[in-house]
Amino acid sequence: MLKITNLTKRYGAGDPVLKELNLTVEGEQLTSVIGSSGAGKSTLLRCINRLVEPTSGSVVLNGTEFTTLSRRELRTARRRIGMVFQGFNLIDRLTVMENVQAGRLGYISTWAALSRRYPKDDIRRAFELMERVGIAHYADKRADELSGGERQRVGVVRALMQRPEILLADEPTASLDPKTSEQIMSLLRDLANELNLPVIINIHNVTEAKEFSDRIVGMRYGRIIFDDKPDALTRDEMDQIYAGVPSQDRAEAGAAA
Amino acid sequence: MSTSPDTLPESWRKPPFIANPVLRYALYIGALVYVVFTLATLPIDWARVSDGLSRAQRIFSGAFPPSFDRAGLLFDGFMESLKIAILATVGGIILSVPLAFMAAGNIAPKPIYLLGRAIIIVARSFHPVIVAIIFVKAVGFGPFAGALTLVVYSVGFVAKLLAERIEEIDFGQVEAMRSAGAGFLTTQVYAVVPQVMPRLVGLGIYQLDSNLRASAVVGIVGAGGIGATLANAFGRYDYDFALAITMVIVGVILVSEAVSGVIRKRIT
Repeated sequence: MLKITNLTKRYGAGDPVLKELNLTVEGEQLTSVIGSSGAGKSTLLRCINRLVEPTSGSVVLNGTEFTTLSRRELRTARRRIGMVFQGFNLIDRLTVMENVQAGRLGYISTWAALSRRYPKDDIRRAFELMERVGIAHYADKRADELSGGERQRVGVVRALMQRPEILLADEPTASLDPKTSEQIMSLLRDLANELNLPVIINIHNVTEAKEFSDRIVGMRYGRIIFDDKPDALTRDEMDQIYAGVPSQDRAEAGAAA
Repeated sequence: MSTSPDTLPESWRKPPFIANPVLRYALYIGALVYVVFTLATLPIDWARVSDGLSRAQRIFSGAFPPSFDRAGLLFDGFMESLKIAILATVGGIILSVPLAFMAAGNIAPKPIYLLGRAIIIVARSFHPVIVAIIFVKAVGFGPFAGALTLVVYSVGFVAKLLAERIEEIDFGQVEAMRSAGAGFLTTQVYAVVPQVMPRLVGLGIYQLDSNLRASAVVGIVGAGGIGATLANAFGRYDYDFALAITMVIVGVILVSEAVSGVIRKRIT
């Protein structure tokens, strides 16, 4: 279970990007976070594994408080959170297998990582997962030879290699064509079920969000203003989430604080 | 508000490089006046220029035909230059890689970044000939001084350009490694090194090329190699031998340039 309480993030002296935000995600549900650009969706995900340092508040994953961990503890704790990125963030010049094994870098020794002597179990698991998403035959290919959809599959497998307790996906389909995008979404949904893994997805495509998720969270300028089942997301609600001028809205939020 | 078609302007000029016309013309006139002033005040002795022309002619006539009588000496000099260049390139790159990581603002913490930049600036601020003079004083005449000089020269160039390449990397890959819980060194080797590797190889090859050329120059001030052979030939008025050396240098540079060009094109 992931429990976020009173999470605030402020860059510099400006108005906060996240404002006293509360969110709890449990079970194997797939939660989609929607909201216009600048609403703080990316910041929210990155505050969870502290790729972005939260200003205040608490993030607890299955009993571990993340915000107070030391650097060393954080490294170990990050292994428990898988992350999938919009730009895939694969290492283009390395093979698919090396990219997939990169998900294990938090577990294996530096020497094993540098010399590419990956543990047997990891290699077996890599093939298992790659087989599951249909990229096993690419193991020796360079990552930049793959198509967008295939690259994102590598990204997903890399995240799953961590044996994460939760999967965060930051606009995983935004760089993909509509058909590939749907394939990736249904893959994420199926994997969430198969692996009993809660998944949080930032997404711009509301139709896809409604189709694939169990729960939709609507953000507007650092606050959650909608949190319900996909069916409950009405036209009005949508307008609420996507209305407003960013700077104006943020100023109001700042003044309210 | 809309404009009717017949009031739309028909001419357009590119905005001038310097917007303020007063400043613009002042700068142009100032530059022109300074060049004229310089030419007028520099002590250029036209008699010596014509003397020089005839002396140059004597040198050239003495140089033809080039003499390859002492090809052995030439060969030894060249092999020494090559050794200096290879040693300096390898040493330079070994020092440059960590230095480049230190001097990359997106990787290194501020104090380390400043230290790294400072070392690079010092290594870059002197021409190799001046560095060579210092090393010749320090460790004596010979190829060792030349190699040390070119190590400094290589560090200044390779570390700076590599650091700049590191600053241009796609940081998303670093983020991905961090989110997997990878340590500092592992993150660098997985997320940064593959991205900068083509540049590093290219720089290495270019630097080998460049060191070979520079080794001829630093040899003249006593740092060994073909430059020393060339300086000796000039000193003894063996212009024909000097020409032979020069021709070989040009030939070797051409070949090495072609080879490095092909290699750099192949790596992506």
